[in-house]
Amino acid sequence: MSTTASELMKTPLNEAHRALGAKMVDFGGWDMPVQYPGGIIAEHEAVRTRAGLFDVSHMGEIRVKGPGALALVEYLTPNAVAKLAIGQIHYTAFLYENGTFVDDLLVYREGEQEFLLVVNAGNSDKDFAWVQQHAPAYDCTVVNESPVTGQIALQGPLSLSILQPLTRTLLAPIGYYFFTHGEVAGIKCLISRTGYTGEDGFELYCAAGDTERIWNAVLQAGKPQGLVPAGLGCRNTLRLECKMALYGHEIDDSIHALEAGLGWIVKLDKGAFIGRDALVAAKSAPAPRKLVGFKTLEKRDIARDHMPVVQDGKQIGFVTSGAPSPTCGINLGLAYVPTELAKIGGRIQIEIRGRDVDAEIIPTPFYKRTK
Amino acid sequence: MFPADLKYTKDHEWLKPEGDGTALVGITHYAQDALGDVVFVDLPEVGASFGGGEEFGTVESVKTVSELNMPAAGDVLEVNAALADHPEAVNEDPYGKGWMVKIKLTGAFSGLLDAQAYEALVSAESH
Repeated sequence: MSTTASELMKTPLNEAHRALGAKMVDFGGWDMPVQYPGGIIAEHEAVRTRAGLFDVSHMGEIRVKGPGALALVEYLTPNAVAKLAIGQIHYTAFLYENGTFVDDLLVYREGEQEFLLVVNAGNSDKDFAWVQQHAPAYDCTVVNESPVTGQIALQGPLSLSILQPLTRTLLAPIGYYFFTHGEVAGIKCLISRTGYTGEDGFELYCAAGDTERIWNAVLQAGKPQGLVPAGLGCRNTLRLECKMALYGHEIDDSIHALEAGLGWIVKLDKGAFIGRDALVAAKSAPAPRKLVGFKTLEKRDIARDHMPVVQDGKQIGFVTSGAPSPTCGINLGLAYVPTELAKIGGRIQIEIRGRDVDAEIIPTPFYKRTK
Repeated sequence: MFPADLKYTKDHEWLKPEGDGTALVGITHYAQDALGDVVFVDLPEVGASFGGGEEFGTVESVKTVSELNMPAAGDVLEVNAALADHPEAVNEDPYGKGWMVKIKLTGAFSGLLDAQAYEALVSAESH
Protein backbone atom coordinates (compact mmCIF):
# COMPACT_ATOMS: atom_id res chain seq x y z
CA MET A 1 0.00 0.00 0.00
CA SER A 2 1.29 3.39 -0.92
CA THR A 3 -0.59 5.39 1.66
CA THR A 4 -0.62 4.97 5.40
CA ALA A 5 -3.57 5.56 7.67
CA SER A 6 -2.20 8.92 8.76
CA GLU A 7 -2.31 10.26 5.17
CA LEU A 8 -5.93 9.20 4.62
CA MET A 9 -8.76 11.65 5.05
CA LYS A 10 -11.01 11.05 8.02
CA THR A 11 -14.70 11.71 8.56
CA PRO A 12 -15.90 13.23 11.85
CA LEU A 13 -16.89 9.67 12.90
CA ASN A 14 -13.43 8.10 12.58
CA GLU A 15 -12.96 7.66 16.33
CA ALA A 16 -16.51 6.41 16.74
CA HIS A 17 -15.93 3.67 14.14
CA ARG A 18 -12.76 2.53 15.87
CA ALA A 19 -14.53 2.47 19.22
CA LEU A 20 -17.18 0.21 17.65
CA GLY A 21 -14.46 -2.19 16.50
CA ALA A 22 -14.75 -1.37 12.80
CA LYS A 23 -12.27 -2.71 10.30
CA MET A 24 -11.00 0.36 8.46
CA VAL A 25 -9.92 0.45 4.82
CA ASP A 26 -8.64 2.98 2.31
CA PHE A 27 -11.67 3.93 0.22
CA GLY A 28 -10.73 6.47 -2.43
CA GLY A 29 -8.30 8.16 -0.06
CA TRP A 30 -10.67 8.02 2.91
CA ASP A 31 -10.18 5.94 6.05
CA MET A 32 -13.60 4.25 6.15
CA PRO A 33 -15.24 1.31 7.96
CA VAL A 34 -15.67 -1.69 5.64
CA GLN A 35 -17.43 -3.65 8.37
CA TYR A 36 -18.00 -3.84 12.12
CA PRO A 37 -17.48 -7.00 14.19
CA GLY A 38 -20.83 -8.48 13.10
CA GLY A 39 -19.56 -8.86 9.55
CA ILE A 40 -20.83 -7.93 6.10
CA ILE A 41 -23.54 -10.60 5.83
CA ALA A 42 -25.07 -9.74 9.22
CA GLU A 43 -25.01 -6.01 8.39
CA HIS A 44 -26.54 -6.66 4.98
CA GLU A 45 -29.35 -8.70 6.53
CA ALA A 46 -29.93 -6.05 9.19
CA VAL A 47 -30.51 -3.41 6.48
CA ARG A 48 -32.88 -5.69 4.54
CA THR A 49 -34.93 -6.73 7.58
CA ARG A 50 -34.44 -4.02 10.26
CA ALA A 51 -32.05 -1.11 9.79
CA GLY A 52 -28.41 -0.17 9.43
CA LEU A 53 -26.61 3.12 10.03
CA PHE A 54 -23.88 4.21 7.60
CA ASP A 55 -21.32 6.97 7.79
CA VAL A 56 -21.40 8.69 4.40
CA SER A 57 -19.67 11.88 5.50
CA HIS A 58 -17.02 11.27 2.85
CA MET A 59 -19.53 12.19 0.13
CA GLY A 60 -19.00 15.61 -1.42
CA GLU A 61 -21.47 18.50 -1.23
CA ILE A 62 -21.39 21.44 -3.65
CA ARG A 63 -23.83 24.33 -3.24
CA VAL A 64 -24.79 26.40 -6.29
CA LYS A 65 -26.77 29.54 -5.57
CA GLY A 66 -27.72 32.75 -7.38
CA PRO A 67 -29.81 33.98 -10.31
CA GLY A 68 -27.91 31.74 -12.76
CA ALA A 69 -27.92 28.60 -10.61
CA LEU A 70 -30.73 26.77 -12.41
CA ALA A 71 -29.23 27.49 -15.81
CA LEU A 72 -25.79 26.26 -14.69
CA VAL A 73 -27.08 23.00 -13.21
CA GLU A 74 -29.24 22.41 -16.30
CA TYR A 75 -26.16 22.85 -18.49
CA LEU A 76 -23.99 20.56 -16.32
CA THR A 77 -26.45 17.66 -15.99
CA PRO A 78 -28.69 15.66 -18.38
CA ASN A 79 -31.80 15.36 -16.17
CA ALA A 80 -34.55 18.02 -16.20
CA VAL A 81 -33.64 20.27 -13.28
CA ALA A 82 -36.42 22.79 -13.98
CA LYS A 83 -38.96 20.05 -13.28
CA LEU A 84 -37.73 19.59 -9.71
CA ALA A 85 -40.01 21.08 -7.07
CA ILE A 86 -38.35 22.86 -4.16
CA GLY A 87 -37.68 20.06 -1.67
CA GLN A 88 -37.30 17.46 -4.39
CA ILE A 89 -34.23 15.43 -5.38
CA HIS A 90 -33.20 13.57 -8.49
CA TYR A 91 -30.44 11.26 -9.63
CA THR A 92 -28.31 12.59 -12.46
CA ALA A 93 -24.73 12.92 -13.69
CA PHE A 94 -21.98 15.21 -14.83
CA LEU A 95 -21.09 14.16 -18.38
CA TYR A 96 -18.19 14.99 -20.64
CA GLU A 97 -18.85 16.25 -24.18
CA ASN A 98 -18.58 12.65 -25.42
CA GLY A 99 -21.38 11.53 -23.08
CA THR A 100 -19.16 9.61 -20.65
CA PHE A 101 -19.20 10.20 -16.92
CA VAL A 102 -17.38 12.79 -14.87
CA ASP A 103 -19.46 11.44 -11.96
CA ASP A 104 -23.00 10.56 -10.93
CA LEU A 105 -24.76 12.67 -8.32
CA LEU A 106 -27.94 13.77 -6.60
CA VAL A 107 -29.37 17.24 -7.15
CA TYR A 108 -31.34 18.74 -4.25
CA ARG A 109 -33.49 21.75 -5.06
CA GLU A 110 -33.21 24.01 -2.03
CA GLY A 111 -34.86 27.02 -3.68
CA GLU A 112 -35.82 28.45 -7.06
CA GLN A 113 -32.14 29.28 -7.63
CA GLU A 114 -30.33 27.19 -5.02
CA PHE A 115 -29.13 23.61 -5.43
CA LEU A 116 -27.13 21.16 -3.37
CA LEU A 117 -25.14 18.71 -5.51
CA VAL A 118 -24.09 15.53 -3.70
CA VAL A 119 -21.20 13.78 -5.41
CA ASN A 120 -18.92 10.79 -4.86
CA ALA A 121 -16.13 11.17 -2.31
CA GLY A 122 -13.37 10.07 -4.65
CA ASN A 123 -14.51 12.50 -7.36
CA SER A 124 -15.32 15.41 -5.09
CA ASP A 125 -12.33 17.60 -5.99
CA LYS A 126 -12.63 16.84 -9.72
CA ASP A 127 -16.37 17.61 -9.58
CA PHE A 128 -15.90 20.88 -7.74
CA ALA A 129 -13.29 21.95 -10.30
CA TRP A 130 -15.68 20.89 -13.10
CA VAL A 131 -18.51 23.02 -11.72
CA GLN A 132 -16.18 25.95 -11.08
CA GLN A 133 -14.78 25.72 -14.60
CA HIS A 134 -18.24 26.23 -16.11
CA ALA A 135 -19.64 28.62 -13.52
CA PRO A 136 -18.13 31.94 -14.68
CA ALA A 137 -20.66 32.22 -17.52
CA TYR A 138 -23.48 32.09 -14.97
CA ASP A 139 -24.45 34.51 -12.24
CA CYS A 140 -24.10 32.26 -9.21
CA THR A 141 -21.77 31.20 -6.42
CA VAL A 142 -20.29 27.71 -6.14
CA VAL A 143 -19.22 26.58 -2.68
CA ASN A 144 -17.60 23.27 -1.76
CA GLU A 145 -19.33 22.42 1.53
CA SER A 146 -17.81 18.94 1.80
CA PRO A 147 -15.32 19.79 4.57
CA VAL A 148 -17.98 21.32 6.83
CA THR A 149 -20.71 18.74 6.19
CA GLY A 150 -21.32 15.41 7.89
CA GLN A 151 -23.73 12.84 6.54
CA ILE A 152 -25.20 9.62 7.90
CA ALA A 153 -27.62 7.21 6.21
CA LEU A 154 -30.24 5.30 8.17
CA GLN A 155 -31.44 2.51 5.88
CA GLY A 156 -33.90 -0.33 6.28
CA PRO A 157 -37.62 -1.03 6.75
CA LEU A 158 -37.60 0.20 10.37
CA SER A 159 -35.90 3.52 9.55
CA LEU A 160 -39.00 5.64 9.95
CA SER A 161 -40.04 4.12 13.26
CA ILE A 162 -36.49 4.54 14.60
CA LEU A 163 -36.08 8.14 13.47
CA GLN A 164 -39.54 9.57 14.17
CA PRO A 165 -39.18 9.72 17.99
CA LEU A 166 -36.02 11.83 17.56
CA THR A 167 -37.64 14.62 15.55
CA ARG A 168 -40.69 16.87 15.52
CA THR A 169 -40.64 16.80 11.72
CA LEU A 170 -43.34 14.44 10.48
CA LEU A 171 -41.42 11.90 8.45
CA ALA A 172 -44.18 9.83 6.86
CA PRO A 173 -45.29 12.63 4.47
CA ILE A 174 -41.75 13.03 3.08
CA GLY A 175 -41.89 11.20 -0.24
CA TYR A 176 -39.10 9.08 -1.71
CA TYR A 177 -36.52 11.48 -3.19
CA PHE A 178 -37.86 14.47 -1.26
CA PHE A 179 -36.25 16.31 1.66
CA THR A 180 -36.89 18.89 4.32
CA HIS A 181 -34.96 20.77 6.99
CA GLY A 182 -35.50 19.99 10.65
CA GLU A 183 -33.88 18.85 13.84
CA VAL A 184 -32.93 15.32 14.82
CA ALA A 185 -31.98 14.83 18.47
CA GLY A 186 -31.87 18.62 18.78
CA ILE A 187 -29.39 18.94 15.91
CA LYS A 188 -30.19 20.95 12.80
CA CYS A 189 -30.04 18.85 9.69
CA LEU A 190 -31.32 18.23 6.21
CA ILE A 191 -33.58 15.15 6.27
CA SER A 192 -33.61 13.36 2.93
CA ARG A 193 -35.64 10.27 2.06
CA THR A 194 -32.98 8.68 -0.12
CA GLY A 195 -30.40 5.94 0.01
CA TYR A 196 -28.17 3.52 -1.80
CA THR A 197 -29.48 0.22 -0.49
CA GLY A 198 -32.87 -0.32 -2.13
CA GLU A 199 -34.63 0.02 1.22
CA ASP A 200 -36.63 2.81 2.75
CA GLY A 201 -34.47 5.21 4.69
CA PHE A 202 -33.22 8.66 5.45
CA GLU A 203 -29.97 10.46 4.82
CA LEU A 204 -29.19 13.19 7.34
CA TYR A 205 -26.84 16.06 6.47
CA CYS A 206 -25.54 18.16 9.35
CA ALA A 207 -22.64 20.38 10.38
CA ALA A 208 -19.45 18.29 10.53
CA GLY A 209 -19.07 19.05 14.25
CA ASP A 210 -22.55 17.66 15.01
CA THR A 211 -22.08 14.37 13.17
CA GLU A 212 -20.93 12.30 16.12
CA ARG A 213 -23.82 13.48 18.32
CA ILE A 214 -26.44 12.70 15.69
CA TRP A 215 -24.79 9.33 14.89
CA ASN A 216 -24.80 8.31 18.57
CA ALA A 217 -28.35 9.50 19.11
CA VAL A 218 -29.72 7.52 16.16
CA LEU A 219 -27.66 4.42 16.98
CA GLN A 220 -28.88 4.51 20.59
CA ALA A 221 -32.50 5.10 19.63
CA GLY A 222 -32.48 2.27 17.11
CA LYS A 223 -30.82 -0.38 19.23
CA PRO A 224 -34.08 -1.80 20.66
CA GLN A 225 -35.32 -2.30 17.10
CA GLY A 226 -32.15 -4.05 15.97
CA LEU A 227 -30.33 -1.15 14.31
CA VAL A 228 -26.63 -1.87 13.72
CA PRO A 229 -23.77 0.24 12.37
CA ALA A 230 -23.12 -0.83 8.78
CA GLY A 231 -19.97 -0.48 6.68
CA LEU A 232 -19.00 -0.04 3.06
CA GLY A 233 -18.81 -3.80 2.52
CA CYS A 234 -22.56 -4.30 2.83
CA ARG A 235 -23.23 -0.95 1.17
CA ASN A 236 -21.69 -2.50 -1.94
CA THR A 237 -23.63 -5.79 -1.82
CA LEU A 238 -26.86 -3.90 -1.08
CA ARG A 239 -26.47 -1.50 -4.00
CA LEU A 240 -25.38 -4.32 -6.33
CA GLU A 241 -28.57 -6.31 -5.61
CA CYS A 242 -30.53 -3.22 -6.69
CA LYS A 243 -28.33 -2.58 -9.75
CA MET A 244 -27.40 0.89 -8.54
CA ALA A 245 -24.35 2.14 -10.44
CA LEU A 246 -21.03 2.72 -8.69
CA TYR A 247 -18.53 5.12 -10.24
CA GLY A 248 -15.39 3.26 -11.31
CA HIS A 249 -17.45 0.13 -11.95
CA GLU A 250 -20.65 0.48 -13.99
CA ILE A 251 -19.88 4.07 -14.98
CA ASP A 252 -16.70 6.00 -15.66
CA ASP A 253 -15.09 8.23 -18.25
CA SER A 254 -15.09 5.45 -20.87
CA ILE A 255 -18.80 4.53 -20.67
CA HIS A 256 -21.64 6.75 -21.82
CA ALA A 257 -24.98 7.22 -20.14
CA LEU A 258 -27.06 5.18 -22.60
CA GLU A 259 -24.82 2.09 -22.49
CA ALA A 260 -25.04 2.21 -18.72
CA GLY A 261 -28.81 1.83 -18.87
CA LEU A 262 -29.21 5.36 -17.54
CA GLY A 263 -31.21 6.72 -20.47
CA TRP A 264 -33.91 7.62 -17.94
CA ILE A 265 -31.74 10.43 -16.53
CA VAL A 266 -31.08 11.84 -20.01
CA LYS A 267 -33.71 14.37 -21.13
CA LEU A 268 -32.70 15.21 -24.68
CA ASP A 269 -35.69 17.54 -25.11
CA LYS A 270 -34.80 19.86 -22.21
CA GLY A 271 -32.31 22.04 -24.10
CA ALA A 272 -28.54 22.24 -24.20
CA PHE A 273 -26.39 20.34 -21.72
CA ILE A 274 -22.83 19.01 -21.81
CA GLY A 275 -22.81 15.63 -23.57
CA ARG A 276 -26.12 16.12 -25.37
CA ASP A 277 -24.76 16.04 -28.92
CA ALA A 278 -22.86 12.82 -28.29
CA LEU A 279 -25.92 11.16 -26.77
CA VAL A 280 -28.17 12.29 -29.64
CA ALA A 281 -25.68 10.68 -32.04
CA ALA A 282 -25.44 7.55 -29.89
CA LYS A 283 -29.20 7.23 -29.83
CA SER A 284 -29.45 7.19 -33.63
CA ALA A 285 -27.59 3.86 -33.78
CA PRO A 286 -28.04 0.80 -31.56
CA ALA A 287 -25.51 0.76 -28.70
CA PRO A 288 -22.81 -1.85 -29.38
CA ARG A 289 -22.74 -2.95 -25.74
CA LYS A 290 -25.13 -3.07 -22.86
CA LEU A 291 -25.01 -3.50 -19.09
CA VAL A 292 -26.67 -6.75 -18.01
CA GLY A 293 -27.22 -8.61 -14.77
CA PHE A 294 -26.12 -12.22 -14.52
CA LYS A 295 -25.83 -15.12 -12.12
CA THR A 296 -23.14 -17.77 -12.28
CA LEU A 297 -24.46 -21.31 -12.19
CA GLU A 298 -22.06 -22.92 -9.74
CA LYS A 299 -21.59 -21.99 -6.11
CA ARG A 300 -17.80 -21.92 -6.54
CA ASP A 301 -17.96 -19.44 -9.41
CA ILE A 302 -17.97 -15.93 -8.02
CA ALA A 303 -17.35 -13.26 -10.64
CA ARG A 304 -15.49 -10.18 -9.49
CA ASP A 305 -14.97 -6.68 -10.85
CA HIS A 306 -12.93 -6.43 -14.08
CA MET A 307 -13.06 -10.15 -14.97
CA PRO A 308 -13.37 -10.71 -18.74
CA VAL A 309 -16.56 -11.89 -20.45
CA VAL A 310 -15.30 -14.30 -23.12
CA GLN A 311 -16.53 -16.10 -26.22
CA ASP A 312 -14.44 -18.67 -28.11
CA GLY A 313 -11.32 -17.58 -26.26
CA LYS A 314 -11.77 -13.89 -27.05
CA GLN A 315 -12.73 -11.12 -24.64
CA ILE A 316 -16.08 -9.60 -25.61
CA GLY A 317 -16.96 -7.71 -22.45
CA PHE A 318 -16.16 -7.28 -18.78
CA VAL A 319 -17.65 -7.64 -15.33
CA THR A 320 -18.22 -4.32 -13.58
CA SER A 321 -19.27 -5.67 -10.17
CA GLY A 322 -19.71 -9.16 -8.79
CA ALA A 323 -20.30 -10.74 -5.41
CA PRO A 324 -22.19 -13.47 -3.64
CA SER A 325 -25.61 -11.98 -2.89
CA PRO A 326 -26.56 -12.30 0.77
CA THR A 327 -30.26 -11.69 0.05
CA CYS A 328 -30.64 -13.84 -3.07
CA GLY A 329 -28.24 -16.60 -2.02
CA ILE A 330 -26.62 -16.80 -5.45
CA ASN A 331 -23.54 -15.30 -7.07
CA LEU A 332 -24.52 -12.14 -8.93
CA GLY A 333 -22.83 -9.65 -11.14
CA LEU A 334 -23.17 -6.88 -13.68
CA ALA A 335 -21.29 -6.89 -16.98
CA TYR A 336 -21.00 -5.07 -20.26
CA VAL A 337 -21.70 -7.47 -23.14
CA PRO A 338 -22.33 -7.02 -26.88
CA THR A 339 -25.94 -5.92 -27.33
CA GLU A 340 -26.83 -8.96 -29.44
CA LEU A 341 -26.07 -11.19 -26.43
CA ALA A 342 -27.94 -9.03 -23.93
CA LYS A 343 -31.07 -11.17 -23.68
CA ILE A 344 -32.73 -12.41 -20.51
CA GLY A 345 -32.07 -16.14 -20.22
CA GLY A 346 -29.05 -15.94 -22.51
CA ARG A 347 -25.76 -17.57 -21.56
CA ILE A 348 -22.42 -15.83 -21.34
CA GLN A 349 -19.03 -17.06 -20.22
CA ILE A 350 -16.82 -15.35 -17.68
CA GLU A 351 -13.16 -16.06 -17.21
CA ILE A 352 -12.53 -16.64 -13.53
CA ARG A 353 -8.86 -17.29 -12.75
CA GLY A 354 -8.20 -19.04 -16.04
CA ARG A 355 -11.46 -21.03 -16.20
CA ASP A 356 -14.35 -20.06 -18.49
CA VAL A 357 -17.49 -20.48 -16.42
CA ASP A 358 -21.13 -20.28 -17.47
CA ALA A 359 -23.41 -17.46 -16.40
CA GLU A 360 -27.03 -16.71 -17.21
CA ILE A 361 -28.38 -13.24 -17.93
CA ILE A 362 -31.24 -12.57 -15.52
CA PRO A 363 -33.64 -9.66 -14.93
CA THR A 364 -32.52 -6.69 -12.84
CA PRO A 365 -32.79 -5.30 -10.27
CA PHE A 366 -31.93 -8.62 -8.62
CA TYR A 367 -33.77 -7.47 -5.51
CA LYS A 368 -36.75 -5.21 -5.14
CA ARG A 369 -38.33 -4.39 -1.81
CA THR A 370 -42.01 -5.11 -1.26
CA LYS A 371 -43.57 -1.74 -0.46
CA MET B 1 -4.48 -15.95 17.97
CA PHE B 2 -1.03 -17.50 17.34
CA PRO B 3 -0.99 -21.15 18.52
CA ALA B 4 2.59 -22.18 19.41
CA ASP B 5 2.34 -25.66 17.87
CA LEU B 6 1.78 -24.31 14.34
CA LYS B 7 4.13 -23.14 11.61
CA TYR B 8 3.14 -20.11 9.56
CA THR B 9 3.71 -18.68 6.08
CA LYS B 10 4.16 -15.03 5.23
CA ASP B 11 0.93 -15.40 3.18
CA HIS B 12 -1.03 -16.29 6.34
CA GLU B 13 -1.45 -20.03 5.98
CA TRP B 14 -0.68 -22.34 8.88
CA LEU B 15 0.72 -25.87 8.97
CA LYS B 16 0.24 -28.24 11.88
CA PRO B 17 2.65 -31.22 11.78
CA GLU B 18 0.93 -34.25 13.30
CA GLY B 19 4.18 -36.07 14.09
CA ASP B 20 3.45 -39.00 11.74
CA GLY B 21 4.60 -37.36 8.52
CA THR B 22 1.23 -35.75 7.94
CA ALA B 23 0.08 -32.19 8.59
CA LEU B 24 -3.08 -30.10 8.60
CA VAL B 25 -3.22 -26.84 6.64
CA GLY B 26 -5.48 -23.82 7.02
CA ILE B 27 -5.48 -20.02 7.07
CA THR B 28 -4.72 -17.90 10.11
CA HIS B 29 -6.98 -15.84 12.29
CA TYR B 30 -5.45 -12.74 10.76
CA ALA B 31 -6.25 -13.99 7.24
CA GLN B 32 -9.88 -14.84 8.00
CA ASP B 33 -10.32 -11.49 9.70
CA ALA B 34 -8.93 -9.66 6.67
CA LEU B 35 -11.18 -11.62 4.29
CA GLY B 36 -14.38 -11.15 6.26
CA ASP B 37 -17.34 -13.53 5.89
CA VAL B 38 -16.10 -16.62 4.00
CA VAL B 39 -18.71 -18.00 1.59
CA PHE B 40 -16.81 -20.66 -0.36
CA VAL B 41 -13.58 -22.64 -0.10
CA ASP B 42 -12.37 -24.26 -3.31
CA LEU B 43 -10.23 -27.27 -2.33
CA PRO B 44 -8.22 -29.76 -4.41
CA GLU B 45 -8.97 -33.43 -5.06
CA VAL B 46 -7.66 -36.05 -2.65
CA GLY B 47 -4.44 -37.43 -4.12
CA ALA B 48 -3.28 -34.18 -5.70
CA SER B 49 0.39 -33.31 -5.18
CA PHE B 50 1.72 -29.84 -4.53
CA GLY B 51 5.11 -28.27 -4.13
CA GLY B 52 5.85 -25.90 -1.28
CA GLY B 53 4.35 -22.47 -2.02
CA GLU B 54 2.16 -23.83 -4.82
CA GLU B 55 -1.47 -22.71 -5.06
CA PHE B 56 -3.86 -25.47 -3.93
CA GLY B 57 -7.18 -23.63 -3.83
CA THR B 58 -8.99 -20.38 -3.21
CA VAL B 59 -11.08 -18.91 -0.45
CA GLU B 60 -13.92 -16.58 -1.39
CA SER B 61 -15.44 -14.06 0.99
CA VAL B 62 -18.27 -11.64 0.32
CA LYS B 63 -15.87 -8.90 -0.65
CA THR B 64 -12.85 -10.64 -2.11
CA VAL B 65 -11.03 -13.83 -3.08
CA SER B 66 -7.66 -15.09 -1.95
CA GLU B 67 -5.36 -17.86 -3.16
CA LEU B 68 -4.37 -20.68 -0.86
CA ASN B 69 -0.71 -21.67 -1.03
CA MET B 70 0.83 -24.85 0.35
CA PRO B 71 3.11 -24.12 3.30
CA ALA B 72 5.12 -27.25 2.40
CA ALA B 73 5.28 -29.89 -0.32
CA GLY B 74 2.75 -32.66 0.13
CA ASP B 75 0.10 -35.01 -1.22
CA VAL B 76 -3.50 -34.34 -0.24
CA LEU B 77 -4.80 -37.12 2.00
CA GLU B 78 -8.05 -35.51 3.01
CA VAL B 79 -10.01 -32.29 2.46
CA ASN B 80 -12.36 -30.71 4.97
CA ALA B 81 -15.67 -31.60 3.31
CA ALA B 82 -17.63 -29.85 6.06
CA LEU B 83 -16.56 -26.50 4.64
CA ALA B 84 -18.84 -27.05 1.63
CA ASP B 85 -21.89 -26.46 3.80
CA HIS B 86 -20.23 -24.45 6.56
CA PRO B 87 -17.58 -22.16 5.08
CA GLU B 88 -18.13 -19.84 8.05
CA ALA B 89 -16.11 -22.33 10.13
CA VAL B 90 -13.03 -20.65 8.60
CA ASN B 91 -14.06 -17.41 10.33
CA GLU B 92 -15.28 -18.96 13.54
CA ASP B 93 -12.53 -21.48 14.19
CA PRO B 94 -9.63 -20.98 11.74
CA TYR B 95 -7.24 -23.29 13.64
CA GLY B 96 -9.83 -25.98 14.40
CA LYS B 97 -13.01 -26.71 12.45
CA GLY B 98 -11.81 -24.37 9.70
CA TRP B 99 -8.87 -26.58 8.65
CA MET B 100 -8.71 -27.08 4.90
CA VAL B 101 -6.53 -30.02 3.84
CA LYS B 102 -4.56 -32.83 5.43
CA ILE B 103 -1.35 -33.62 3.59
CA LYS B 104 1.34 -36.24 3.61
CA LEU B 105 4.54 -34.25 3.78
CA THR B 106 6.75 -35.14 0.82
CA GLY B 107 9.80 -33.08 1.67
CA ALA B 108 11.42 -31.21 4.48
CA PHE B 109 9.75 -27.90 5.12
CA SER B 110 11.79 -24.81 5.57
CA GLY B 111 11.28 -21.10 5.59
CA LEU B 112 8.18 -21.26 7.76
CA LEU B 113 7.73 -18.91 10.70
CA ASP B 114 7.16 -19.89 14.30
CA ALA B 115 4.35 -18.29 16.28
CA GLN B 116 6.53 -15.50 17.62
CA ALA B 117 7.94 -14.53 14.22
CA TYR B 118 4.49 -14.69 12.63
CA GLU B 119 3.00 -12.50 15.35
CA ALA B 120 5.74 -9.94 14.69
CA LEU B 121 4.97 -10.05 10.94
CA VAL B 122 1.24 -9.54 11.52
CA SER B 123 1.72 -6.70 13.95
CA ALA B 124 4.01 -4.99 11.41
CA GLU B 125 1.38 -5.42 8.67
CA SER B 126 -1.46 -4.02 10.71
CA HIS B 127 0.39 -0.79 11.50
